[in-house]
Amino acid sequence: MTDRRPHWSERLKVTLWTLIVPPTIWAGHFLFSYLWAAISCAKAGAFATFPTLFVVGTVLALTLIALSGWIAWNQGRIPGASPPHEDSTDIDRLRFLAKSTLLLACLSFVGVLFTSLPVIFLRDCL
Amino acid sequence: MSLHDQDDPALRAAQEDRLRAVWKPPSGLFLRWTDCNNNRVGVWYVLTAFAFMLFAGVLALIMRTQLAVPDNDLVSAGTFNQLFTLHGSMMMFLFAVPMFEAVSIILLPQLLGARDLPFPRLSAFGYWSFLLGGVFVGGSIFFNAAPDGGWFMYPPLTTRTDLSGLGADIWMLGLSFIEVSSVAAAVELIVGVLKCRPPGMQLNLMPLYAWYILVVAVMILFAFPPLIAGDILFEMERLLNWPFFDANRGGDPLLWQHLFWIFGHPEVYIVFLPSIALFAMLVPTFSNRHLLGYPWIVLAAVGTAFLSFGLWVHHMFTTGLPKISLAFFSAASEAVAIPTAVQIFAFIATLWAGRVTWSTPLLYATGSLAIFVIGGLTGVMVAVAPFDWQAHDTYFIVAHLHYVLIGGTLLPLFAGLYYYWPLITGKKLSDRLGRIAFWMLFVGANLTFFPMHFSGLMGMPRRVFTYPAELGLDGLNMASTLGAWLFASGVAVICVDLCLSPRRAKAQRNPWGAGTLEWLAHPDDEDWGIRSIPLIESRYPIWDQKDFVQKVDEGRFFLPDAEEGRRETIVTTVLDARPLAVIRLGTPSVTPILTALSLGGVFILTTYHLYWAALVCAVATLACAIWWLWTGTAEIPEKPCKPIGHGIELPLYISGPAAPGWWAMFITMMADATAFSGLVFGYYFFWTRHADFPPMAMADGPGMYWPMVALVLGVTSWLATIAAREVHARGDVGIARLLLMLGIATSLAGIAAGLAGPWTHGMDPESHSYPAIVWTLTVWTVAHAGIAAIMQSYALARSIARRMDPQHDADIRNVTVYMHFFALTAIVAYATIGLFPSLS
Repeated sequence: MTDRRPHWSERLKVTLWTLIVPPTIWAGHFLFSYLWAAISCAKAGAFATFPTLFVVGTVLALTLIALSGWIAWNQGRIPGASPPHEDSTDIDRLRFLAKSTLLLACLSFVGVLFTSLPVIFLRDCL
Repeated sequence: MSLHDQDDPALRAAQEDRLRAVWKPPSGLFLRWTDCNNNRVGVWYVLTAFAFMLFAGVLALIMRTQLAVPDNDLVSAGTFNQLFTLHGSMMMFLFAVPMFEAVSIILLPQLLGARDLPFPRLSAFGYWSFLLGGVFVGGSIFFNAAPDGGWFMYPPLTTRTDLSGLGADIWMLGLSFIEVSSVAAAVELIVGVLKCRPPGMQLNLMPLYAWYILVVAVMILFAFPPLIAGDILFEMERLLNWPFFDANRGGDPLLWQHLFWIFGHPEVYIVFLPSIALFAMLVPTFSNRHLLGYPWIVLAAVGTAFLSFGLWVHHMFTTGLPKISLAFFSAASEAVAIPTAVQIFAFIATLWAGRVTWSTPLLYATGSLAIFVIGGLTGVMVAVAPFDWQAHDTYFIVAHLHYVLIGGTLLPLFAGLYYYWPLITGKKLSDRLGRIAFWMLFVGANLTFFPMHFSGLMGMPRRVFTYPAELGLDGLNMASTLGAWLFASGVAVICVDLCLSPRRAKAQRNPWGAGTLEWLAHPDDEDWGIRSIPLIESRYPIWDQKDFVQKVDEGRFFLPDAEEGRRETIVTTVLDARPLAVIRLGTPSVTPILTALSLGGVFILTTYHLYWAALVCAVATLACAIWWLWTGTAEIPEKPCKPIGHGIELPLYISGPAAPGWWAMFITMMADATAFSGLVFGYYFFWTRHADFPPMAMADGPGMYWPMVALVLGVTSWLATIAAREVHARGDVGIARLLLMLGIATSLAGIAAGLAGPWTHGMDPESHSYPAIVWTLTVWTVAHAGIAAIMQSYALARSIARRMDPQHDADIRNVTVYMHFFALTAIVAYATIGLFPSLS
């Protein structure tokens, strides 16, 4: 076990702050969507048929969430300690935070998809 | 001291005597109320919130009786308006939120194996503020002066003084006061969960209740301040005629709806999650196994908390916002069903996988889940905007929200009441009465609220004091009224059960056979919290750790003594709960009561336009707060370290990010910054709502010059404080004092420069929303500059009085945290008012 060189994603520091990265990205995307719609509708009276800014923002948010989920997936599989991983050890704490982050990434990913669906189906501000 | 010392019964008895003496509550007719032990304050808190709940419930019964038959005249329309406004406001602000805080300050110290939470005096302050504000708001109905604009107080009906009386001011100012106590509780709970866990209790071993409370307390920090910002604008309009919500003068009533619901929707989850958290404690106990899916529950709590901030516009679907905006909020409202369902499935799975002991608390828990799920399903329905357009402001919504709140808050609290009563009193409640009450509540709730779905869809609007017989709603309304009386009778049975409790015998210790720390509590309770602070190796230490209870009782863990005669607890690291320091806790004192009374004076006297008296109270509040800080915080200990057992020696003083005080400042300022962002939102909201904002005729004020001067002064003050902190840490106390003086001077100069912008341009805040919001941002920022000057002076005075030195520098470190937020405020505010007009 000791000669195993950890992947770069496994060496990142994991804290309570990293736990909330995926939902924070969701929140940022949500705020962005709201402001984009409010300002487009209030100032231009409409939004573009292919809203480049919105698509870029959404793809960026989905990519970042997927990245944090992928990092969490790797970290959650770091070997060491024994199942059920409910002990007071560093590795169990890491696995717990990683798994929770992964779950939050899944939820946030779905949340961003939900938020972006209306732009596909709606075409005007009224 | 070694482990074996604890074998000596005489030593243990001596330790216990010392602990008992240190934690002895004050006695005497008046002094007993100066107690600040969270165990005791928590009980007062619970009883007060329960009393407010009964009061608000009686208001609901009067309403239901009025609506029992068509064209009834039991109460007048005006009284009915006061009844429903006060019922909603009291249930939310005086029952649901305070009850969660109250239960948490009782349970958390025990769940975390701490002697007490880090700021017991702050909890006492919060309680007295709550009591005073609650009596003020609730009592108004006896003077026919209660608020009558609905619990969300929509302007312009409520801001026009010719259409609404004193009630609107009582609501705004009384409840703002209570919001202060909620933020105080949030600070206590967050720092408690993060910093006061027992050694070994890493994040992954934290009781789920603590996870939920952490999440909910953080939600309070971001949810309540927008309402405080809204309250400020609202009262500026009512008291000073600044037209934020008056469409004739460039205001917009929708701004209030935004600010209210940015608070109001997360609020629903703020009262729901802590109640569900009680399930996370009692479900494993009665399933006789660990809870399944621990990370999934954390996902549910954190995920719900985030999503709940993207739902507020679903209360505003009928206000004519762009459809695309509605759709975003509709999407988020559907998404929140996912984490909500996840936790319910985790509970069901645990029950399924375990060996279930059917008990009264579990009966309440399962019954409330059934009711909550119905409310959740109608929630998914009303989250669809076109459906909501039909159901909005009808009894369908009344049915939905009561299913959610009764299933998601009230019945879980009753489950918690039956579960935790033995923890508080040492006695069990009656299973027979509890079950009778449960079925009355369960049937009563469904009989009251299920017919409302139909009466709502058939066209019965909310908030009408009567209805004509021709509508054909008599039967449904009569059913609802009978249900309400049945429900109330169920609550009465519970009250009877509680009243009979003193006559019953004590139960055994840990009567449910639970595995979590709080059940270490002894039926003959001591006031010291826990005999010795344990080393935690499992999520269910009583079940899993060998001889755990005995070791705690015999003081074989940490801090089994109080040699110096001080109330103490251990502070640990956030992630892995490594011991960092021993902190001295606040002892009984009159400062929390006096501070609450004087702050209450500010709010209550302002309601009656007694501004000079209110100002006197404000000065008294400041004096009390400084006295409190000066005498009760950042005390330099008599020795640098002390042993806590097992050969571990911990410092008695810490400062900076490791210290609870630093976290408290950081958290308070997060709330402050959120309130500020609510005001800034107002500025840009007006910009999106108007074709020309700032209006051409007024756009030359406040100019660029003075705001930029004020910005530079604010940033200079901030940098001076940082420099003072750094040179002070290196031992250059003299230079640090000079830098603090520079900071004070620039803060004070910043006040004058900030006010000079709008003042020299003759901006009249009564004329239009633009000058009004510019003045508001300016006044907010210069007020913070004034507080900055006071804080810098405080640090300087501490240094001169030798209560702060380079090794003991918590004061200046905490002031620097304030200054970071002050600099942010100054930059955003002055850049907005000074630069934005030339951009737009």
